Parts: sequence; C-alpha cells; structure tokens
Amino acid sequence: MRILDLKNIAASGIIKFLLKYRIKGLAGMKLYELTIQEAHRLLRKKEISSQDLTRAILDRINAVDEAVGAYITVDGETAMTQAQMADKAILEGRMTPLTGIPVALKDLICTKGLRTTCGSKILENFIPPYDATVVKKLRKEHAVVVGKLNMDEFAMGSSTENSGFKLTHNPWDLTRIPGGSSGGSAAAVAADMCIGALGSDTGGSIRQPASHCGVVGLKPTYGRVSRFGLVAFASSLDQIGPITKNVTDSAILMNTISGYDASDSTSVPEDVPDYTSFLEKGLKGMTVGIPKEYTATQGLDPDVFQAVKDAVKKIEDLGAQCIDISLPHTEYVVAVYYVIAPSEASSNLARYDGVKYGYRDKDKAYLMDMYKSTRSKGFGLEVQRRILLGTYSLSAGYYNAYYGKASQVRTLIIEDFKKAFNTCDVILSPVAPSPAFKIGEMSDDPLTMYLSDIFTISANLAGIPGISVPCGFSSEGLPVGLQIMARHFEEGKLFKVAYNFEQATDFHMKKPKLELTELKKL
Amino acid sequence: MKISREEVIHVADLARLDVDKELIDKFAVQLGTILEYVDTLENVDTKGVRPTSHAISMTNAFREDEEKELSNRESALANAPEKADGNFIVPKVVG
Repeated sequence: MRILDLKNIAASGIIKFLLKYRIKGLAGMKLYELTIQEAHRLLRKKEISSQDLTRAILDRINAVDEAVGAYITVDGETAMTQAQMADKAILEGRMTPLTGIPVALKDLICTKGLRTTCGSKILENFIPPYDATVVKKLRKEHAVVVGKLNMDEFAMGSSTENSGFKLTHNPWDLTRIPGGSSGGSAAAVAADMCIGALGSDTGGSIRQPASHCGVVGLKPTYGRVSRFGLVAFASSLDQIGPITKNVTDSAILMNTISGYDASDSTSVPEDVPDYTSFLEKGLKGMTVGIPKEYTATQGLDPDVFQAVKDAVKKIEDLGAQCIDISLPHTEYVVAVYYVIAPSEASSNLARYDGVKYGYRDKDKAYLMDMYKSTRSKGFGLEVQRRILLGTYSLSAGYYNAYYGKASQVRTLIIEDFKKAFNTCDVILSPVAPSPAFKIGEMSDDPLTMYLSDIFTISANLAGIPGISVPCGFSSEGLPVGLQIMARHFEEGKLFKVAYNFEQATDFHMKKPKLELTELKKL
Repeated sequence: MKISREEVIHVADLARLDVDKELIDKFAVQLGTILEYVDTLENVDTKGVRPTSHAISMTNAFREDEEKELSNRESALANAPEKADGNFIVPKVVG
C-alpha cells in the first residue's frame, strides 16, 4: 500500500513536471499564429488540444476583430463543441491533417444551421437547411468551423466596402481596404483570427484580397472544387478556394476540398493528386512565361512592378527558364468580364423574390409590387447596378452586341492562353495593379474599381487556376502579391513554383502589427 | 448619353427592381460609362469565332432519373417570410 502511494506520488510528480514543462514550452508560443501544418504536428503529438487552439482563436477574435471587422458571425459555442469532438477523434487515433484545425468561411458558403448572409441584407436572417459540399468535407475531417467572414455583397466588389453589414479593415493598415470580395477571409487569416479560410473567386476575389493582406490565395481550376452550397454569383466563373498563411497549408486544404461531386454537374470527374507531393525543392526544367501586355498596363504601381520584377528574377535564380509571351487580348478582358459576370448574376439573383427565403417587404399588397420593393430594399447599390447591367446586356436588341460579342471574345482570350501554354508551364504576373487603397477612395467610381481586376479576371474567363503568393512590400509597408497561373488542373505546378519561391523568401513570415494598445487608441 | 433615363426604367422593370427616382439619373450615367468602355469590344474581329459559355470542355452530365429525398418540406419552408399549411404564401397576384 505504502509503495503504491509512493508510486502515485512519483507519477503525479512526473505529471506535474510534464505539465510545467508543457506550459513552459508553449508559454512563448501564440497558438493563433500557428499554420495548419504546425498546429497539426502539435495536435498529433498531443502537446496541444483542439480546444486549446480553438479557445486561442476565439480569444484572438475578441481582442482584434473589433478593429479589423473580418467576421459577420462568430459561432464560439458550436466551435468549442466541434473542438471537443475533434479532440476525441484525435485520442481515438482518427486524425487527418485538418482534424481540430479552426477554420472560417466566406459568408456565401452554406452552413447548416449557421446563418449565411452573402454579405446582403436580403439574406440577413437566412439559415441554410444544408451544408455546402466543401463544408461537409471539412466536417468529415473534424475541422472546426469558427464562423463566417465578411465580403462584398454577393461577392460583387474588390474592396469589401459593398458589404451590407460593415467594413473590413486591412490588418496591415486599418485605414485601407483588405481587397475583395473575400476581404474578410484574407483579413482573418492575416490577423490570425483563424488558421485557414475558404473564399470564392469569380474575377479575382480570392487572389486580390490575399495579395493585399500578405497571405496565400488559390483559385482552383473551374470544376475542381464543388460549388454545391456556394451562393451563385456568375456560374461559369465562380470557384471556391483556400486562403492560408503559406503554400503548404493551401495544398493541405485543396487535398480535402477538391474532387467530383454528383451534386454539382459542372464539377469535373478528374483524379485529385496529393497536392503536398508537389512541395519539393527545385525548378529546373520549368519554363515560366511573362506576358508583355501585363508590364505595359497603364496605372501599374512602380512598387508592384518592382516587387514582381524581383520575384521573376528570384524564380529564374531558382532554376526556372523565363521567356516572354504574349496574351494579345488582355486589353479586352475587363470589358468581356463586365458583360458576362453581370449577365449571369442578373439571372442567378432572380431567385431573391421575397417568397422562399430572405427579406420581404410586407407592406405591399400585390405580388409584383412586393417583388420590386423587396429587391430594391434588400439589394445594395452595386448589386442593383450589376443586375441592371446584366439585364440590359441580355435584353432583346442588345444580346448580340453585348453578351454574344463578349462570349466570342472570351473564346479568343482562352485561345491566347492555349497558345502561351504551348511554350511555358506557368505564367507570372502581378495580382493587382496597386497595393491596397484607402477606404472610401474609389467607392463612387465603379469603372475604375472594375479596371483594377485586369490581372485576375482572365483566369476565371479561361477556367484556369491561379495563385497569389506574397512577393514584397510597397514603400508604405503594404503587401504585394505575385500571381502564378497554369493550365487546367495543373494546380500542382502552381504549388511547386509558389513553394520554391516561398522557401527562398521570407515575405510570408512577416505579420501585421496589431498591438492591442494601438487598437485601443482607435 | 449611351443609356437613357427611360431605358434604365425599362431595364429595372425587366429586372423587377424599383429604382428610386434620384438614382435613375445616377445609374444612367454610371451604366453609360461602363457600356461605353464595353464598346471597345467592337474593335475585335470575331467573324466566325464560336462563343464560349463554359471554359472547361464537358459533355452533358446525365444521371439516372431516380426519386430521392433532398430535404423535407419543413426545412424547405423554414426560411419562408410567410407560410401556411406547408405552403409558401404570396400577396395577391392580380388586383
């Protein structure tokens, strides 16, 4: 008996020692700063629990989101329950790279039982009856869904200023926009308010905010990731993709969310490789193309030009061969996009009629009056502008001149890429023509805002994948992104080039200074 | 001007929007600017070019026509602004 007691004492001593060591070992570590890969390693070694990590993320949101404004909805209680289930799964040895990892979703990805607003007053109280396929896949692996992220209403915008609810501030400079439309997703990842996030990209809405917030954003090939449960904007252009702290995490998330889905007839039954297998050193034998039209773009900021030029040099130093290529129809991509996307949107958004879900103006006695009043009160100005533009482009007498013509030029843009990819593996370019602009600076000038999408739109029109990786900072300390594009279903090449570039640079290691004392001063 | 006040009102009607009077002129100017920019597409020779509506070449995605339950009536109606007896309620259709 006495011996046993001693054993117990000894055992408890060891536990105390271990606890002390563990606490000491983690004392200097801010759990919310972890990447998916790092967090997974600590969870697997049971040095931290998903509940520790989720709590750290929720605390971080409490501390900084009042200033950043990335979240529309935080679901802390459910997140902690999910974390508990993840910890159970880990203890039982059922673990995948996303088990127990706190992630957040752009608020147009349907979550069963959790409000999904699409950044619009018209869906302010919409609670989806089902999960999007990507959410089902995340839940199957016991990833923890922390909440829903701010965005431009119906993903229409490049600054998140068109949200029906609030502004999101760029964590690198709170007086500036985070980009858009997935501005909440990029800001949340940059400010460590989630470990990784999902966004959606119709004309650059993942890559541009990732560039402005200094994080990694991937728009996959059209059809690579199921759009089931993604609120539709422009169905021939929309894709869901990851926004993460580094390239490895992007590949990890892609492994989970990719693949054919019977519920989305435009998803493609093509095998999904292990994307992490492309994360290996060396770019020998790789040819990268630099489009001459991109460097000639008017209004390209000199800091962005320099950062991208340096990045190209770096990639050449790493063993790739750089060649000049031409995408002759580049000057028409914005015009084509701003016919096709609003046309598709005007059709997709016809469903918001105050009958099946969403806001209804209850003061109207007749159906037609109710439709019109509901839609005009429920939709913001940019959404109404695009519905009008799309309806006009598709209307009798204008169809051939606008939608028809744009669809033909789209074919020529696709052919440009096909020709270019005959001579190179990937194409490099800037993501956005300038670093993040000031909040309010462009909000009354739609065309100038649209023109800033010039480098990202082509990938959506052609259906090809594109990634944004941090490649430098402007003289004002704002992040600049490098875009890499490849052929359909060649995300692996993007990961390879992006990973090699990332490993050779330290831009992705820098974090915005969001000191609590500074935030209080605001 | 590229697009007139009357055209904005007509298109708004087609799109089931009730645009405020003060906004009609603003929209006419903004849409006009965008459409003028779009008109640069006239410079592209597209004679004989097939239009693209879908960037990935795919054939029709057929499936068996089988009955299955996707969601029950209750959850389908859960978000309805007005409902009764398992149906959506709408205001009067004809006056």
